Amino acid sequence: MNANVPSSTSHYPTAPKAQTDVTHTLSVLVDNEPGVLARVIGLFSGRGYNIESLTVSETEHAKHLSLITVVTTGTPMVIEQIKNQLDRLVPVHRVVDMTLSGRSIERELAMVKVRGKGDNRVEALRLADAFRARVIDATTESFVFEITGKSDKIEQFVALMLPLGLVEVSRTGIAAIARGPDGM
Amino acid sequence: MTREMTGAEMVIQAMADQGVKHLFGYPGGAVLPIYDAIFAQTEVKHILVRHEQGAVHAAEGYARSTGKVGCVLVTSGPGATNAVTGLTDALCDSIPLVCITGQVPTHLIGNDAFQECDTVGITRPCTKHNYLVKRIEDLPRILHEAFHIASSGRPGPVVIDIPKDIQFAKGIYSKPKEFPHTGYKPKLKGDIEAIKAAVELMANAKRPLFYTGGGVINSGKHASELLKELVRLTGFPITSTLMGLGAYPAADPQWMGMLGMHGTMEANMAMHDCDVMVCVGARFDDRITGRIDAFSPGSKKIHIDIDASSINKNVKVDIPIVGDCAHVLEDMLRLWKAHAKHNDKKAMGDWWKQIGKWRDRKSLAYRGSNEVIKPQYAIQRLYEATKDKDVYITTEVGQHQMWAAQFFHFQEPNRWMTSGGLGTMGYGLPASVGVQLAHPKSLVIDIAGEASVQMTMQELSTAVQYRLPIKIFILNNGYMGMVRQWQELLHGNRYSESYSEALPDFVKLAEAMHAVGIRCEKPGDLDHAIKEMIDIDRPVLFDCVVDQKENCFPMIPSGKAHNEMILGDSGVSLDDAITEEGKMLV
Repeated sequence: MNANVPSSTSHYPTAPKAQTDVTHTLSVLVDNEPGVLARVIGLFSGRGYNIESLTVSETEHAKHLSLITVVTTGTPMVIEQIKNQLDRLVPVHRVVDMTLSGRSIERELAMVKVRGKGDNRVEALRLADAFRARVIDATTESFVFEITGKSDKIEQFVALMLPLGLVEVSRTGIAAIARGPDGM
Repeated sequence: MTREMTGAEMVIQAMADQGVKHLFGYPGGAVLPIYDAIFAQTEVKHILVRHEQGAVHAAEGYARSTGKVGCVLVTSGPGATNAVTGLTDALCDSIPLVCITGQVPTHLIGNDAFQECDTVGITRPCTKHNYLVKRIEDLPRILHEAFHIASSGRPGPVVIDIPKDIQFAKGIYSKPKEFPHTGYKPKLKGDIEAIKAAVELMANAKRPLFYTGGGVINSGKHASELLKELVRLTGFPITSTLMGLGAYPAADPQWMGMLGMHGTMEANMAMHDCDVMVCVGARFDDRITGRIDAFSPGSKKIHIDIDASSINKNVKVDIPIVGDCAHVLEDMLRLWKAHAKHNDKKAMGDWWKQIGKWRDRKSLAYRGSNEVIKPQYAIQRLYEATKDKDVYITTEVGQHQMWAAQFFHFQEPNRWMTSGGLGTMGYGLPASVGVQLAHPKSLVIDIAGEASVQMTMQELSTAVQYRLPIKIFILNNGYMGMVRQWQELLHGNRYSESYSEALPDFVKLAEAMHAVGIRCEKPGDLDHAIKEMIDIDRPVLFDCVVDQKENCFPMIPSGKAHNEMILGDSGVSLDDAITEEGKMLV
């Protein structure tokens, strides 16, 4: 029956026309205190933002600082909001938009398990070599490869492994750092 | 002062050191050590409420009317969850609060212990910041840091969750001089280049206006003074959000009244037609903007806000200025005075003439009655009877709130306490308790609806206990009026569940709670009854029986622009020549 009710009876204005979504990588320097990750993630879920990739680790032990690298998508206005909202959290020291700076390096590590015998096994090994993936575990019927690189390189490698007996993939998510001599 | 004490004693000592006089709370198992500490001193007076939500609203009223931090103390589990509505309310309206919650002992956390809940988890999205204290060594710093965070920058509520073993533990207390949170440094000064650009834009405007909000009030009395000076110097018209009422005197000729969904015609039309908008401490909320793509389409927008995330959230602005209102207004005023050229006189004259035309439509007019009390009339009479007094107004949420905003006029900041962002029914009564405590000699009135007031009715008992002579002025129309209005206008008169059958007899209810009850049903009796209410030096529950069918106008319906406002059937300003459609859309 709701279908018959015109949308203008809502208390709220209709949603604005969608702008094109863009993907940004944000580096967020935070105090490594309990609940800080929950604050960041809660902000994303509470305000309906997307998380495409998330990595967290303490980077400066003496100062108890952690670096959160988050890849998110949204309209340019939403991306600006996300940065401002993150910046507003008390334990957040800095938010740097790595995509906007245009001078960042982004890398991801993946471990890829492939099971197979015969030609498939040889082919997997050859492709791994071409992608500079290392063998970090092997049995007579399986390999675990370690591959580092940009996300699309990993995607491509995983896609190639699929017909060769891909079992599973474990990925770290993206870590990013700015080029040049200056820190964030 | 540095000495050894228990965690519980630290809580009260820190409050005393912060100058806290009143603490609103409700005891329970997990905060008993703190109640022992309260028992042992006289500096911080505890006010016992009847429900934890009431404690938070009372603290909000206290904070909003004084500019100080409001303090709350509740127990673990249900104590904390009951406080959540108030905390969310304070977050939405940027009210500085410090709320201490008790927690089960550290070793039981996560154990589903009696009256345990994940307080920091639950309150994370509804506080500016929160803490779970796990070491007694951290407690003194956290207590003082909480006050700093609550009151600085964009103010907001801060929760400190203290396990019972930490309350018993002994440690060294001292007031820290600085706080290690290097990430938290609110920006007070605005970018001077941006302010210069803003002044340039303002000086060349032909149809400018000021649109101000609660940020001006949060910035302190000085900000209101600066705003007044700047507005008078520029000669621009000014309107304000619900939260900003009082920052600029309503008696001033440049004042256009409130804007937004139930704002005046002149304010909303001026917003729509202006060419330069100076937004000071407001946030382009959906109740203000209406349809976003038709919001003030031809204007350049200047936005002053201390919270960078408020800027460009809903509406793209041309000149963003991140900073505290008072600091930015001070710079703006100085630059304006130094600016060589000011606005074109002819253009400004035309603009004021146009505003005058909109004003002449008298958008707040309503059809009077000798038979029933019109709610607008009741507020008008209340205003007339109290305007020369030292009066503070709180409200609940709904039609009565909008009528209060339209018909009660404020000349000073901090006189108007209402739940704007969250729209919490039941806010006004407990808030008035807090206001009255802060201003014991003043007249404090909660303008209420009969539905809202029943949500936190029990706090009348608190008012009686502490001899707080609050006046609860109920506009009783038997309906959840705003719900009924929406159902009438937008849901085909289907009054689904918006009529309250079996209302209490408010006079008897007041008497049962040792307060005074007054009922008034006839317009002719109103003035006398209001006078009686004011003269009684005890809490009064005033049951003002009003027209059940009255609607609150003007109204910008959802999804409509500012110039698509519905005006009321006033019988005064709309002449009969206008068609039915024309009456609906102006």
